[in-house]
Amino acid sequence: MIPKPFTTPNLWLFRFAALTALFTFLLLGAGGLVTSHEAGMSVPDWPNSYGYNMFLFPPSKWIGGIFYEHTHRLWATLVGFMTTVLMVWLWRSDERAWVKKLGVAAFLGVVIQGVLGGLRVTLRMDDLGIFHGIVAQSFFVLTCALALFTSPFWFRLSQHPEKQGKLVAGGLRRHVAYVAGLIFLQLILGATMRHQHAGLSISDFPLAHGQLWPDTSPAAIARYNADRVDPDQLNPITAFQVILQMIHRIMALLIVLGVAAAAMLSLKRLGKGDYLTRLAFVWLGLILVQAGLGIMTVLSNKAADVATAHVLVGALVLAVGAVWFMVASVRREEAVECESGTLINPSPSVIGAE
Amino acid sequence: MVYMKKALVLSLMGGLALGIAAKAGNITGEITFQGTPPPNVEIIPLENDPVCGALHKDKPFTHFYEVGPNGGLGDVVVALQVTGKSTGASAPPAVLDQRGCIYLPGIMAIQTGQKLVVKNSDPCIHNVHTTSKNGNPEHNDAQMAGGPDLTYTFDKPEDFMKFQCDVHPWMFAWVTIEDSPYYCVTDTNGDFTIKDVPPGTYTITASHRKLGTQTLQVTVTDSDVKVNFPAFAIK
Repeated sequence: MIPKPFTTPNLWLFRFAALTALFTFLLLGAGGLVTSHEAGMSVPDWPNSYGYNMFLFPPSKWIGGIFYEHTHRLWATLVGFMTTVLMVWLWRSDERAWVKKLGVAAFLGVVIQGVLGGLRVTLRMDDLGIFHGIVAQSFFVLTCALALFTSPFWFRLSQHPEKQGKLVAGGLRRHVAYVAGLIFLQLILGATMRHQHAGLSISDFPLAHGQLWPDTSPAAIARYNADRVDPDQLNPITAFQVILQMIHRIMALLIVLGVAAAAMLSLKRLGKGDYLTRLAFVWLGLILVQAGLGIMTVLSNKAADVATAHVLVGALVLAVGAVWFMVASVRREEAVECESGTLINPSPSVIGAE
Repeated sequence: MVYMKKALVLSLMGGLALGIAAKAGNITGEITFQGTPPPNVEIIPLENDPVCGALHKDKPFTHFYEVGPNGGLGDVVVALQVTGKSTGASAPPAVLDQRGCIYLPGIMAIQTGQKLVVKNSDPCIHNVHTTSKNGNPEHNDAQMAGGPDLTYTFDKPEDFMKFQCDVHPWMFAWVTIEDSPYYCVTDTNGDFTIKDVPPGTYTITASHRKLGTQTLQVTVTDSDVKVNFPAFAIK
């Protein structure tokens, strides 16, 4: 088979890559539900389920936490299969070596993610759950990137970046990169908080244990724990966890301000009609929703559906920031040389063509 | 002749042991709670579970604070801080049952080396997931409806080792592991009796899972000793 050159993007490949990203997003939701329902260890064995082959485990036994954990495993298997197909498809039909490599990276990522999930169960290590959550977010961004790179839009963008609107200055791109980095750090904090299996370390908002900065003395922590009477009897909270949530709150405020600034800067520098400006405002909308979900997570005493929505929108926020940055990197000012006032195509290394 | 000597020695040892046993005393007391505890809450997810909910005629509640009408505090583990005196290997097995999708009892104490039999009396799957903070082995075992009992032993003393079912996230039991037979769990009136304690001076602790641990010294003679712990409270 002769590989199709990127000059004619493969629409079906793009659609499949986009579907893989969508299914990965749903898988994030399924994984979020597992942790939100504290069901990560409800199926004690892996890769079998209660001694059954995973695919033959009778649905009549998918009760309680098993439902969340087992459907997560099945859905993960589907995403693993789709990622494998995507890798092979990219390898055979995309002429860009770096895209092929990204496809292989996605395949390795999904394998590592599956093994991490399995080891978290068999080794009974909560900390592995944190890495499992972080790799999940990273993998989702990677699948979104593959959908972007195989899209007709990316083809047009890489062919004629100067026709896509104003070029994007380094300052704005760096700002978005920093904010996206901050969001990633925030997701790591969030994953760490969720995998303490301690529920809410601070259960009020906007105050924290009734104060602007909560008392974290041993006596105060003992009092907080004595007052907790939830049926799920989660692990006792610690001063570390209380401080972790305070950092999470402060970071959230910084991120909201950072994304708002990104939107305003895009409007000012790129204009109202530019799709990057519109995307930046979508980003702002999502981050506001995310902040609202964070508050609701606290006020609802970490209701499983609200907490899971918080995870999902967090993943979307990260992906939108990453996509914005990737597109802006092609439209960057430095990528286009100006000769006698005429813009020429960016260098191949910039547009990612071989 | 040799057998006669052995019999004589054994008889003497037995007599000595009986003599010591006769001098052993009991430690009694009452643990109390001062103030108003947070109310126990209804376990809504259990009620909503189609299988587990049907196993309960009355509304199920949590049992964080078992406070009697006179302020007696139940579910407190009272124990002498004695190590290396476990008789767990020869003690009868302790039993932890899963009934109505609740662990019964919710708080218990056993000895190091003692068998702990976990039963599933429910018509549904449970997983028995133990988490240790003191180096005891962790387990996560499936237990099908009508499946065989699971038996565990733990070698290291530990306060309130967690047993949970992740299938039913409201199911917990907390098992304290002592290194001697000198312990008990207070009843619903807060009363306790530690029996047959050899004479001596001991450190005695009263531990409540949510309220922490109190420590006192107690001297046991050949009669009963009453220990008065200060009342527990949320400060």
